[in-house]
Amino acid sequence: MLRAIWLILRKDLTVEFRSREIATTTVFFAVSCVLAFAFALVREGQAPEDGAAGILWIAIMFAGNLALGRTFERERQAETLRALMLVPAPRPAVYLGKLAGIVLLLAATEVLLVPLVALLFQAGLLARPFWLVGVVAAGTIGFATVGTLFAAMLVRARSRDVLLPVLLYPVTVPVIIAGVRATAALAQPDVDLGIVQFWLALLVAFDVVFLTLALWTFEPVMTE
Amino acid sequence: MTGVDFDEISCAGVSRHFGRRHAVSRVSFDAPRGTILGLLGPNGAGKSTLLAILATLLRASAGEVRYGRFDASAGPSLRARIGVLGHDLFLYPELTAFENLALFAGLYGVPGRGARARAALDSAGLADRADDPVSSLSRGMRQRVALERALIHAPRLALLDEPFTGLDDASTAALVARLGSLREGGAIVVLATHDLDVAEGLLDHAIFLREGRVVEALARPGGLRSTYRSVMGR
Amino acid sequence: MPSWFLPAAAVCGLMFAASPLVIAGAPYESTMGLVQKIFYYHMPSAWMFLTSSLVCGVASARFLAGGRARHDRQAWAAAEMAVLFGLLTLVTGPLWARKSWGTWWVWDARVTSSLVGWMIAWAYLILRRYGGPGSEKLAAGLALFGMANVPFIYISVNYWRTIHPATSVVPTLPVSMGFPLWYCVTAFLLLFVLLLTLRMRVEAQQARLDALYLTLDERG
Repeated sequence: MLRAIWLILRKDLTVEFRSREIATTTVFFAVSCVLAFAFALVREGQAPEDGAAGILWIAIMFAGNLALGRTFERERQAETLRALMLVPAPRPAVYLGKLAGIVLLLAATEVLLVPLVALLFQAGLLARPFWLVGVVAAGTIGFATVGTLFAAMLVRARSRDVLLPVLLYPVTVPVIIAGVRATAALAQPDVDLGIVQFWLALLVAFDVVFLTLALWTFEPVMTE
Repeated sequence: MTGVDFDEISCAGVSRHFGRRHAVSRVSFDAPRGTILGLLGPNGAGKSTLLAILATLLRASAGEVRYGRFDASAGPSLRARIGVLGHDLFLYPELTAFENLALFAGLYGVPGRGARARAALDSAGLADRADDPVSSLSRGMRQRVALERALIHAPRLALLDEPFTGLDDASTAALVARLGSLREGGAIVVLATHDLDVAEGLLDHAIFLREGRVVEALARPGGLRSTYRSVMGR
Repeated sequence: MPSWFLPAAAVCGLMFAASPLVIAGAPYESTMGLVQKIFYYHMPSAWMFLTSSLVCGVASARFLAGGRARHDRQAWAAAEMAVLFGLLTLVTGPLWARKSWGTWWVWDARVTSSLVGWMIAWAYLILRRYGGPGSEKLAAGLALFGMANVPFIYISVNYWRTIHPATSVVPTLPVSMGFPLWYCVTAFLLLFVLLLTLRMRVEAQQARLDALYLTLDERG
């Protein structure tokens, strides 16, 4: 099973390195998102309080949504997702392989995005880097866990492009709330670690619950 | 990876409907080891659906499919013994031919997957195009790579959907020979095709499907074209 | 139509017709006066919304596990009930809030969580409608995820709100379990069961029709 996950992940990385299409468009889109929010919300050079955290997470979710759609669109081309389902590995391995790819892609985007947001909004986001990494990682994993399942589910559905956000955003409300609150707390000059830990714990619990649920439901949902 | 093994496959009253329409209706047949079974019929006859059911991609709405003692619930170990050439080729266009074959060889647990992939490319006559992305290959070449992908793990059951599409005469002859050697090796080959001339003399059994139903089943069929016309004309 | 349906429908109709009288007879709540009476419709609606969501989630889980079409029909009908009762709740709530506290909307934990839950129910219906063939399983997956999400949504919305104190003080819902409340709860529960049964029957008839077409197709 682990080998299957690794092979699928490596395949996705190889394909991506060849064309770099999804990575570059995702990053570019995320940056445009941030700029759009900056123009919309910044007044007289001042972002609204906690604006940086909110903008960061919205950009991650929008960019993640696009990346998910594009990744699974690729699998649709030669029905390769079906080919993966035929493989003798347990079917959740396919899910985990794709999940790992998405998480890495989003992580690469965030490496660029977080410093950018900190810079543009003079937010002290980078004061506690380890906590920040933890929060962003836990939130991204939570978003990707639900997103990968939904995107895989929708591969053969009609209107799949618009259905993904319709399904994904309400279900990931806890992620955005927890992510923004924790990030905002980290951006304060006097960081209240208690608050950060609370939200981080919630994110980790979300990740665990939904990853388990996704692994259980992947096969029944994907077979006709 | 060793999986389960079986000496024959059998369908008993297999049906599959989508909404109000049957795609496949009460199809029954047996195919023992070392047989080539042909599914013949016009477009929409249900050949692809039947192949998908045999591949465990679809569940039958009614009836039973058995692989020796096993059925589709055997899961991964059963899938290890099945190879599928789909209508859509199941190849990643951005990867090279070699990479595609090596990937699936790895996923199917074939030892020494790199060497296996090279050998497969040799037998397809595409060793010189090994490092070209699949998207740059012609349709016929892609078909050949796709066939190798389906057979790379030496499956007991080979399900081929229109394998002769896009092949030139040389490749067609090579494929016919390949199927013959598969039969010698004890595999069960189920292929759906329109190409009656090629199928002539190749098939051990022929099943004619129309609108999801079996209208004729022949062993050791000859004169496929005339049989087809008379059967479909009804 | 099950034999109990028509009598039950009659009872339900009568109960709703009589409800204004029952509600009028209830004692005036001290701080909010007449307006508080809307609570007798609001709270049962909220409870039915929750019940529908629960039924949808459980039916979806059973459908995914067993594949029986009946559970799928139940899940779909329950999702529609959730949207319906959720709508009633989200309309009666602001009406009450406006008259009592002067604002249409408060970012209260319960209210906001209900809104998110309602949106998930909507998403379920959109998926069923526009997802094309095979969307039954997908919708079941969504419902399951939605149900699992309820504690997370509630906790996150609750603590999100309290860190920035709300602009208006939102009182907890009155706990006076008087007769009018139980009367209305019964009426709403009856309505929920009736509508669910009706909706499931429509789908069951549809399924029977499809099966007939299939038999015809098979013979033909």
